[in-house]
Amino acid sequence: MKTGTLLLSMALCLPTGPLLGQGLATDAWPTYAGDYSQRRHSTLRQIDQTNVRHLTLAWVRRLTAGPDAGEGSWFGPPPGPPAITGGVAQEPVTSPGSTSGSPRLAGSILQVSGILYISSPDNAWAVDALDGHVLWHYWWKSRGGIHIGNRGMAMYGDWLYFETPDDYLVSLDAKTGQERWHKEIADFSQQYFSTTAPMVVGDHVLVGTGDDLDAPGFLQSFDPKTGDLQWKFYTVPMNQGDPGLETWASLDAARHGGAQVWTPGSYDAETHLYIFGTGNPTPAYTAMLRAPRDEHTNLYTCSVVALNVDTGKLAWYYQTSPNDTHDWDATQAPVLFDGMFAGKPRKITMQASRNGYVFVLDRTTGEHLLTAKYSDAANWAETVNAKGQPVRNAAKDNTVAGSLVSPDNGGATNWNPPSYDPRTGLLYVVLREIYAMYYLTDKDPRMLVGLGGSEQDVVGSLGTSIVAIDYQTGKLAWKYRLTGGSGTGLLTTAGGLLFANDGSGSLVAFGLRGRRSPVPLWHAQIGSIENAPETYTVDGRQYVLVTAEGTVWAFSLQ
Amino acid sequence: MHLRRRLRCCGVLIIAGLTSLSAAQAPAQTRSPDYPERPPATPEQVARGQQVFRSNCSFCHGSDARGGETGPNLVRDVVVLGDQKGELITPIVQNGIPAQGMPKFALSTADITDIAAWLHSQPLSDRGAPSTLDILVGNARQGASYFNGAGHCTQCHSATGDLAGIGSRSEPKAIQNLIVSGGGGGRRRRSAGAAPPVKVPPTTVTVTFPSGQRVQGELDHLSAFVVALREPDGTYKSFARHDSIPKVVVADPLQWHIDRLPQWRDADIHDLTAYLVTLK
Repeated sequence: MKTGTLLLSMALCLPTGPLLGQGLATDAWPTYAGDYSQRRHSTLRQIDQTNVRHLTLAWVRRLTAGPDAGEGSWFGPPPGPPAITGGVAQEPVTSPGSTSGSPRLAGSILQVSGILYISSPDNAWAVDALDGHVLWHYWWKSRGGIHIGNRGMAMYGDWLYFETPDDYLVSLDAKTGQERWHKEIADFSQQYFSTTAPMVVGDHVLVGTGDDLDAPGFLQSFDPKTGDLQWKFYTVPMNQGDPGLETWASLDAARHGGAQVWTPGSYDAETHLYIFGTGNPTPAYTAMLRAPRDEHTNLYTCSVVALNVDTGKLAWYYQTSPNDTHDWDATQAPVLFDGMFAGKPRKITMQASRNGYVFVLDRTTGEHLLTAKYSDAANWAETVNAKGQPVRNAAKDNTVAGSLVSPDNGGATNWNPPSYDPRTGLLYVVLREIYAMYYLTDKDPRMLVGLGGSEQDVVGSLGTSIVAIDYQTGKLAWKYRLTGGSGTGLLTTAGGLLFANDGSGSLVAFGLRGRRSPVPLWHAQIGSIENAPETYTVDGRQYVLVTAEGTVWAFSLQ
Repeated sequence: MHLRRRLRCCGVLIIAGLTSLSAAQAPAQTRSPDYPERPPATPEQVARGQQVFRSNCSFCHGSDARGGETGPNLVRDVVVLGDQKGELITPIVQNGIPAQGMPKFALSTADITDIAAWLHSQPLSDRGAPSTLDILVGNARQGASYFNGAGHCTQCHSATGDLAGIGSRSEPKAIQNLIVSGGGGGRRRRSAGAAPPVKVPPTTVTVTFPSGQRVQGELDHLSAFVVALREPDGTYKSFARHDSIPKVVVADPLQWHIDRLPQWRDADIHDLTAYLVTLK
């Protein structure tokens, strides 16, 4: 226990530059991506290319959502502990996966001191990492909200934090699962819903939220002890005189302009910058009322944004899709690493964005270094401007007659996390090259609200692949076509392995071979995989952890 | 892949069965709406509210409350979204917002409650609703010449064969999507019960072993580790794959449509649609 606590405090409370700058995920998995860099590259090498074929099941745990999850059957295993109940709703909404049945485990799982902390919409569990038995289960009585997913919890000492679809930040005692407090984080009547994993940085709990109506986006910082608000940064102009207002048709348009912060960011301990992505402008599928002219780029929608974590003040931004009309969220992980670029050492952040383009920036200043198209199929832009931004081709907007556009709404990639391997300088990304016919369903732009006004019919695919992008050139070192049609995030290790969902129901371990195409070495057919694989060590043994169909699977060498 | 498709078809049947069951009996489990719905107002109150709104508010906010020359869209407004029965709207209407140029109105609380009832009856977002607009903009004559010429469509299709009468069988939008997908991509998002307008032959696979032995059939499952197929007599066979042995060659009958994806011009798609809808 002591060792684990020490590791956590090193990872979270003493952000020493070299440790976190290198971003080495090691024994524990204490944050959304295992560390602040979002590389999802582990230095563990107990499992490697020579022995991965002996990787086998350590344990498997099926979880049940809702208040009755602890009730066992006569013939089944002993029941788990009864659910600890929280929440503000008198009569909670019924939602399969929240109040009953199999939860969707699409989030990251924390592993600290041999305990796993798992979350899904309205549910949280502590599970013993040695055999998967449930220590406690917390269930939140929900007043509603879109129950699309939960990306995981954050931890500060013995305290846990997670967000609920009905817009609360809930803090639990990690030892008991008892609630410490809950705070309302967004206006439920504006149809905000909260899915993202909070991030703990120093004495800040950084909390984003989401909305699919025309509401403004923001990132908030809360005190980990009391839950008091420390600062709130709006991602769109909210008042006369706010910077960026000139990029909107009107203040009213800006105040309804979206730019939701629905995924966790990265943290650079050296500069104290929290670097995160923002979502699409709203209304999503027409620019006519919010961006009638080219200079109306709609800041800070579809952007990588860097804030000083202590003050919540903007340090820099870079917009990946100016004046977006396709829902091209820039909420993909901004991965942090150091490396040479054009002959100079650089502190870099790199994002493979939903729009099919990859962006390399200097993370201390936001200076643009490189843009490249990593999706052959992406056809919504024809050119890239002097700032490195793709320029939208209006003919590929939603049209009444229909436009054939790639990516489809799911994007070239989406929330599913990439992995960066510092030994090769390659960013590994799940790439979807899917086409859809985009139809505008209403000619009056005033009728379009949120994600309304568009019908998108998938009409074909060039396939789903894992690609390896060279950050120095933007070129693909390799492209490995998956047989299946989906991917849920990647993990690489110093053992030379890449773990991935093959989209055909298997977790696959690939052997990495530098710039040559990887070789599939091991697999386990476990069903529809829901989260990105993770790795850590408990009692000297390296585990690989992944979820599928409401079930947690732990693998290790025997 | 094909197994999945079959399962999906089964799923549709099962769902259809459940629907008819639940129509006869009480619905077993209903999913709550994502956001609480306000108790519905009477049609009379909604009509009164609309009338009061049109006489007093539409000059700035538009007759449908979705924004006019000077007033913002009220349907998505923060105050309106938070309001239940006029309690938040009333003080704004009665006091005005002078700083933003909104005058005060001498409307009664009852009038404003009616306005609120009408505002709350307005649909917020039609997310996911299909287009009902006329999508036909193409030139049928140019579509015909593309079909018979540059498009090389006649290599596989015929206006008097597989596509005969397609204009009677399918809606223009379905035909247009089909032109691009060939029936492939559309399968994934097909609404329950809709029959495919054209028959697509199954994807086949040929598995060749180092010995030279070959097994052929309808592709069932493919991963880096397993390939599975059904032989013509229905026999299911699956084989382990190691280092790309045995050799696996997949033949997708829609390969032309897949290869075509990056090359399409939207105008050609629109013209082809305009032509195919004439095949009654």
